[in-house]
Amino acid sequence: MSSFSGAVTLAVDAPVAVTASGTFSLIWLLIGLPLIGAVILLVGGRRTNAFGHWLGVLASAASFVVAAVLFFAMLAQPLDGRTQRQHLFDWISVGTFKVPADLRLDQLSMTFVLLITGVGTLIHLYSVGYMSHDRDRRKFFGYLNLFVASMLLLVLADNYLLLYVGWEGVGLASYLLIGFWYFKETAAVASKKAFIVNRVGDVGLSLAVMLMFVTFGSVTFDGVLARASQASESQLTWIGLALLLAACGKSAQFPLQSWLLDAMAGPTPVSALIHAATMVTAGVYLIVRSNAIFDAAPTAQTAVIVIGAITLLMGAVIGCAKDDIKKALAGSTMSQIGYMVLAAGLGPVGYAFAIFHLVVHGFFKADMFLGAGSVMHGMNDQVNMRRYGALRTVMVATWLTFGAGYLAIMGIPPFAGFFSKDNIIEAAFSRGILVGLVTVVGAGVTAFYMSRLFVMTFHSTKRWTEDVHPHESPMIMVVPIAILALLSAIGGLVLNWNNAIVSWLEPVTGFQEPELAVSKLGMEGISLVVVLAGAALGWMLYDRRPVPEMAPAGNLLTRAARADLYGDAVNEAVFMRPGQYLTRWLVWFDNRVVDGAVNGVAATIGGLSGRARRLQTGFTRSYALSMLGGAALVAIALVLVRL
Amino acid sequence: MNGTLAAAAGSFEIPTLEYSALAPILIVLGAAVVGVLIESFVAQAMRRNAQLVVTFAALVGAFVAVVLARGTQQIVALGSVAIDGPTLFMQGSILVLAAMAALVMAERQVDPAGDSFAPRASALPGSEDEQAFTRLGWLQTEVWPLFLFSVGGMLLFPASTDLLTMFVALEVLSLPLYIMAGLARRRRLLSQEAALKYFMLGAFSSAFFLYGTALLYGFAGTVSLSGIADALTKSADNMGLVLGGLGLLSVGLLFKISAAPFHQWTPDVYQGSPTSVTGFMAACTKVAAFGALLRVMYVAFGGIRWDWRPMMYVIAALTMIVGTIFALTQTDIKRLLAYSSIAQAGFMLVGVIATNQAGLEGTMVYLLAYGVATIGAFAIVTLVRDASGEATHLSQWAGLGKRSPVVASAFALFLLAFAGIPLTSGFTAKFAVFTAGISGGAAPVVVIGVVASAVAAFFYVRVIVVMFFNEPSADSGPSVVVPSAFTTLAITVAVAITVVIGVLPQVIFNLASQAGLFVR
Repeated sequence: MSSFSGAVTLAVDAPVAVTASGTFSLIWLLIGLPLIGAVILLVGGRRTNAFGHWLGVLASAASFVVAAVLFFAMLAQPLDGRTQRQHLFDWISVGTFKVPADLRLDQLSMTFVLLITGVGTLIHLYSVGYMSHDRDRRKFFGYLNLFVASMLLLVLADNYLLLYVGWEGVGLASYLLIGFWYFKETAAVASKKAFIVNRVGDVGLSLAVMLMFVTFGSVTFDGVLARASQASESQLTWIGLALLLAACGKSAQFPLQSWLLDAMAGPTPVSALIHAATMVTAGVYLIVRSNAIFDAAPTAQTAVIVIGAITLLMGAVIGCAKDDIKKALAGSTMSQIGYMVLAAGLGPVGYAFAIFHLVVHGFFKADMFLGAGSVMHGMNDQVNMRRYGALRTVMVATWLTFGAGYLAIMGIPPFAGFFSKDNIIEAAFSRGILVGLVTVVGAGVTAFYMSRLFVMTFHSTKRWTEDVHPHESPMIMVVPIAILALLSAIGGLVLNWNNAIVSWLEPVTGFQEPELAVSKLGMEGISLVVVLAGAALGWMLYDRRPVPEMAPAGNLLTRAARADLYGDAVNEAVFMRPGQYLTRWLVWFDNRVVDGAVNGVAATIGGLSGRARRLQTGFTRSYALSMLGGAALVAIALVLVRL
Repeated sequence: MNGTLAAAAGSFEIPTLEYSALAPILIVLGAAVVGVLIESFVAQAMRRNAQLVVTFAALVGAFVAVVLARGTQQIVALGSVAIDGPTLFMQGSILVLAAMAALVMAERQVDPAGDSFAPRASALPGSEDEQAFTRLGWLQTEVWPLFLFSVGGMLLFPASTDLLTMFVALEVLSLPLYIMAGLARRRRLLSQEAALKYFMLGAFSSAFFLYGTALLYGFAGTVSLSGIADALTKSADNMGLVLGGLGLLSVGLLFKISAAPFHQWTPDVYQGSPTSVTGFMAACTKVAAFGALLRVMYVAFGGIRWDWRPMMYVIAALTMIVGTIFALTQTDIKRLLAYSSIAQAGFMLVGVIATNQAGLEGTMVYLLAYGVATIGAFAIVTLVRDASGEATHLSQWAGLGKRSPVVASAFALFLLAFAGIPLTSGFTAKFAVFTAGISGGAAPVVVIGVVASAVAAFFYVRVIVVMFFNEPSADSGPSVVVPSAFTTLAITVAVAITVVIGVLPQVIFNLASQAGLFVR
């Protein structure tokens, strides 16, 4: 704990924002370009079918170019001039309640902007090929542009209310894109589920924003974060917990993780962009952005660590048992975001590492999702890994690029994940031995399930169904994957050079060197041994031995993991059933709507006339009786207060 | 002034009336009287046009009078009517909403048989007379004076400073509504049933209101709201009378805003009434009744708010929960919107409970935002029709987004506003009342509200899913009728206001905060 309390003093004061001018007056264009793209594509209708997909790519790419220009402009600024604020207009200004629509570009949001527009553009490009046979391709690109614009608003907002707008915007885009193939039953159900679970998280965010307003009288970052020390610890703890709930919803953390696995029913580029690289990391952004609150609320911080640790292990276990390649990757995403959340819960020791891991995860996970999409493209959209095998022979480029992502996520030096994950493991050990062990065990399990996935797909023996003729994907899909593979390979090394990313982020997040009992090299050695052991086990079990085409019954843990560790069962027991019982009971109590079927569609006109008949039997007296009861309720409530 | 002397001499002093401040109410009620004369003296063929001209001229004129009266802070009409900021804001809202509702009521292009009202309400449903009237193409025009009388009552209701004036206003606004509820051209039995039910329960609630007034008079010796407030500061005796009176009075008011457990008439009446009237009723009555509730609670009982706030906690929580849960199982779009309006009333009660300036502003903004979206939503319900009239079963709305993307998108926008999604008016409004609630010390109710609105989002989105993500039913089913300029204008205005309040809430909040507090 001593290291922790030391961290608080080390946290830097929030840098003062400079009013954006010159090059920085372009900040609004970052959001504006993809937004214009989305509007043209969605409003323009069929007229834009012919060129719609290229317009979508162009909008995203142009936004990336602006981001790159701004990045170099920011590098040219001195440290105290790097936080830029652009005032768009006065959004709400009532009495003391002022919420300007301001954008804030600092090192943290710059990092996100580059990731979102960079990876986003690559995935746009890939989608041109992947969705080429879809009749609604234009609409798909419209939604993608909408997503990019909302996500950029989320990370560029200078206050929590505007952030909330972006937060709902990405939720909406995600909902539309998961349900994009709405004729598939799974897609329609999954999109609804994602929406509902995310609403639970949104409750957290809206409560947090309101609590901030009541506590600080402001919802701007400056108004809240710079004054965090003036609030009491219990107020900050409540705000922190509400923010954590929000993060759990958006980032699929325990106990709101269940939607992410189902969300894989959406098109694969969507899984890569939204449900791996960017949107699901919004929770991590929220926590890191609100660092001043969490630094002063140790209880909330501990809760963050616990949630991160649980999800890290849960996701890894689920990843071990899934035969659906996308769901295995989704389990892995949960697990990796668990790492980031855990790191963010460590305070200044971990914030920068959380973002570092977030960025490289964006590279390698997008790389692998797009690789999985490429495999599906060649295998008639099959996702069952038990019917893959030996694909390295026919899909060489996909195999090599996926391999880079595979080595990166396991953390084999010098691939990207090695640097970022090792940093988190070290920071975790500086917090406590248990937290550290969780991260190391997680790394071992990660190595196991990724090896399983990689072997079952690309090595082992052919288990193809008869009608497939696997082939390499077209260049427009391979090139984006190759770029991401390159980033997965060297991105970590580059970003870690001279602690580049840590010193880049330090003015925003603060930083404290983790205190280690063992030397850094020793730590790296230990985790590498664990990782290699996990990988070796994976290769032994799935490469040496034949993979059965039908999944074996498996042991208790396997079965539980296949059922998403009963996440849905828990949801049903805790939320759905009581809700249904409450509804049914109330409906029975009400005795008017006798057909209590939630989605009953049978009775149309007949039902109406039936209802009309029932209306005419004179229930007015029972309504009047209930009013009388209500009046009694009012009277009792008034008298009770007096007593 | 030698008032006492004059009274002793038994002479009568002519009261002075502040006509300019009362102009909005007088214009509307005067126009209603003109409407009655039109019914008597204008030829059948000309009546509809004459009524429409009078109605819209009255609404516009009254609105202009409200704008001209801005900044007024006085008690007029011998101390029985307060023209202050909140009154003017709510009168303005009522007039805008009433004009939009009137546009929808004036529509005659969507129903092949004419407009949405029974040609002669006196003809027995299914009788030969009824068929004859329909064949002749007669149109219902008496609805317009009724409409204006009701609007006049609504303008007076939130302005009343004593309980008797308030009671008169309550009856003036209610009685025409009872009749209008029974005027539907189609499914007339359902409509008449709704009217009778509304009337009987409305009469029941009026009795509560009146009895409460009597008890409060017994305590304070006056029915004026400020008089009651003064009496409360002076003496703590006879609190039984105060609490009893307050409780009964609240029942009368809570009935009108359809708060649980006084809400049960709402779904039946909303479903049975002609849809254009439902929109009017749902939007304007709620503004007027909330205006009156706010005035009573803030002016007369602001001093003893610790007594009534727990009761309101319970009512607000119950209203939000009941509205939300019942809406989950609805399969009829009008009933669904009815339960949604109950839930919305619960959210607005949070602003009443706050008992602070922010709560007043938030509730007023919420009322306008909700009213606009409600009229827009019900206007769209009138457009989705099959051969037998409006197709209100949810399953008949499947695939609407494919066939009529514009109409379905507008409906989706209103639903998102009800759900409180950012960049719509609903988010702004919810945020305003909930923050007011927290700073007013009502955090537990706000938590229930936030959770309820999260649950409520589910059934709103369910409708959107049905419209956009479900395949249309096999038989060609209902279609969206192209309306005339009337309904189109109403829906367009509703969309515009919903978006503007969401994106640029500044404008409306400025107006609301300029309204200031109630004058005593």
